[in-house]
Amino acid sequence: MSRLYVARNPRVAARSLDGEMMIMSGRDSTLFTLNKTATILWQAADGATPLEEIVERRICPEFEVEPAEALQDAEILARELASHEILQISEEPIPQTNSPAGEAR
Amino acid sequence: MSGLMQEMSAKALRLNIPLNVQLDLTYRCNERCVHCYLDHDDHGEMTTSEIKHLLDEMAEAGVFILTLSGGEIFLRKDFFELLEYSRRLMFCVKLKTNAVLIREREAKRIRDLGVESIQISIYSHRPEVHDAITLIPGSLKRSVDAIRFLTSQGLRVIIGNVLMTHNLEDYQGVRELAAELGVDCTTDPTITPMMDGNRSTLNLSVDQNALRNVFRDASLVGDVDEFCAIPPKPGESDLEATPCSAGHTACYVSPYGDVFPCVQFPIPTGNVRQQRFVDIWRHSEQMNEVRSIRVKDLTTCTSCTHVSNCTRCPGLAYMEGNMRGPSTQDCEKSFARTGVPSANMLAKQRSTTNLGNPSLVQIRALSASTSPAGATA
Repeated sequence: MSRLYVARNPRVAARSLDGEMMIMSGRDSTLFTLNKTATILWQAADGATPLEEIVERRICPEFEVEPAEALQDAEILARELASHEILQISEEPIPQTNSPAGEAR
Repeated sequence: MSGLMQEMSAKALRLNIPLNVQLDLTYRCNERCVHCYLDHDDHGEMTTSEIKHLLDEMAEAGVFILTLSGGEIFLRKDFFELLEYSRRLMFCVKLKTNAVLIREREAKRIRDLGVESIQISIYSHRPEVHDAITLIPGSLKRSVDAIRFLTSQGLRVIIGNVLMTHNLEDYQGVRELAAELGVDCTTDPTITPMMDGNRSTLNLSVDQNALRNVFRDASLVGDVDEFCAIPPKPGESDLEATPCSAGHTACYVSPYGDVFPCVQFPIPTGNVRQQRFVDIWRHSEQMNEVRSIRVKDLTTCTSCTHVSNCTRCPGLAYMEGNMRGPSTQDCEKSFARTGVPSANMLAKQRSTTNLGNPSLVQIRALSASTSPAGATA
């Protein structure tokens, strides 16, 4: 299986409200809230860290789940978030421009 | 507001988070609209670094929706630097502008920076009317050209159409222009007093008859019968409700760093040059006073027929002298909508009746023979 890289879409707006991440789509202003797993994925999506590593380091310790199973679920989640243009996914590292980046709090 | 946004707003209210902030970057303007509530001189605007620091503090405090307004925002030379910084902090940014300075290059930059929407003031579809309100010849053409530049970049534009005596006949024309341009349009008959308390701008407000007609225009209000219906008797939840979001999940920051509950609610609560934004939000005595008010605490309004669906603006009430009192402009709107006078209007009527005709009071005072208890004139 090839490596996947994920990056936050710079066109969205985002804010953490008491630990719950609110994301507004840059495409059509639809508002989403992310669950705990999606929030971890979003926060770690720097375009440089492979999804596999995010799962191993950030998701598995949090949920006590097998890495292979967690990676499969994370890939499905990442593709779903990408379908809403919340995340970008690529088989290559995704360079982060100087335009809006992931400084959501 | 979407269901999820309502849910987030309720959560922000519970957690005392200022979800929504309007930040005016300047009061300077390249138009001189006849109804404007601002003084356009620069009395010491925040610098670029002061505003960036404030934006950091606002992101930290949980602000999500940031409306950049003015004055005319594009008069600030650092506007795009501030916009870029705001988006880097991932605010949902909305702009309010007259758009006169937006050309193709600016529109593209706004698109690249992921702005959510741009509200542009258009007063009429006819240049002679619009330009007579802005007092700038050619301003309608510039603004409409800008709307085309923005929509060609796929941006969401909303025309803000303020109704006043000068343009009352033109709101349908503006709505047709909006449809032709493929943008949304809001129509608002609210004229506000100037921030220094000067109420002369209110002379431009549309009168009761005109308001009544506007509120019976189905193209504006939808179901006229429903919109103009007399509201049901208020329930307990109506009386326990907060009057509006000002000071609860929203506030306003002036170009000089003064924080207010809302742009229409000029009670000073603190200045970000002296205190952290979040400290003003959480601990200001004035902000907490505004926050403590429930509908049941309002003088006059609690006994009013309209209390459960009145558009009462606490800021306008404050400018009338009492933040817990009625806002006469909203009483007039409720009356125009339903034909039922508000408790405030009835109280004023009673007070006038008790005094008799004011012109006759003066005549009576001049006559010793009619003065009660032997009073002499």
